[in-house]
Amino acid sequence: MALFGAMMVITSKNPVYSVLWLILTFFAISGHYILLNAQFLAVVNIIVYAGAIMVLFLFVIMLMNLNQTIEPKKNRWLKFAGAISGGCLLLVLVAALRNTEIKSQTAMVNTGDIGLIKNLGKELFSTYVVPFEISSILFLSAMVGAVVIGKKDS
Amino acid sequence: MPINYYIFLAIALFCIGVVGVLTRRNAIIIFMCVELMLNAVNLLLVAFSKMHHAVPGAAANAGTDGQLFVFFIMVVAAAEVSVGLAIIVMMYRNIHSVDVNFLNRLKH
Repeated sequence: MALFGAMMVITSKNPVYSVLWLILTFFAISGHYILLNAQFLAVVNIIVYAGAIMVLFLFVIMLMNLNQTIEPKKNRWLKFAGAISGGCLLLVLVAALRNTEIKSQTAMVNTGDIGLIKNLGKELFSTYVVPFEISSILFLSAMVGAVVIGKKDS
Repeated sequence: MPINYYIFLAIALFCIGVVGVLTRRNAIIIFMCVELMLNAVNLLLVAFSKMHHAVPGAAANAGTDGQLFVFFIMVVAAAEVSVGLAIIVMMYRNIHSVDVNFLNRLKH
């Protein structure tokens, strides 16, 4: 389902449909997180990506009135070359990783409690305090930067 | 579940993102494909963290680091998207298009 959603993201002509397919993809990825018992990340993924970022995308698309596809006629060879190179990357990665010895390892599904908020929070506020604060400063600067850039004819 | 399945799913998602970046011209869709690639990496990080946790003899909180990295990646992606969309809006205001082909020069 995630793969189908991702395919539709890059093939749909209308940007609004593309955003909706991307939301479907994010929900499928969140389902994978829940299956891996990483519940905190699943909830954060839904809230941040499907909630905040996709609403931001939709706002921008509708603000710019891009509903009807205004993409000009594109170079078909360029598109073809892009698809070919992406397929080659896929082929090379799959061929390289097909016979690794990591194959015997398994990811624990539905067990373990390292994905719960309690353990993650303990680790976050004991070992990773400094990156946490730095990321808050990053957010502040990103907010100020977005406002400054988006201001009208400064 | 074998770790292989997650690796191949993440590879496929990442490659779809790469193809989208290479073929589409709409700047917003290119941004969305970048998000797709980030999410593929996140999924792989979570799967590896659970795999590391399953190794016999691992510490009790082994694998927590991977999930925290995913958290930080999400934070950085959110900041990046806000700034990037502001840039796209400004670009649209200036040249009335979101086609990246018109942006082959930084000054005009």
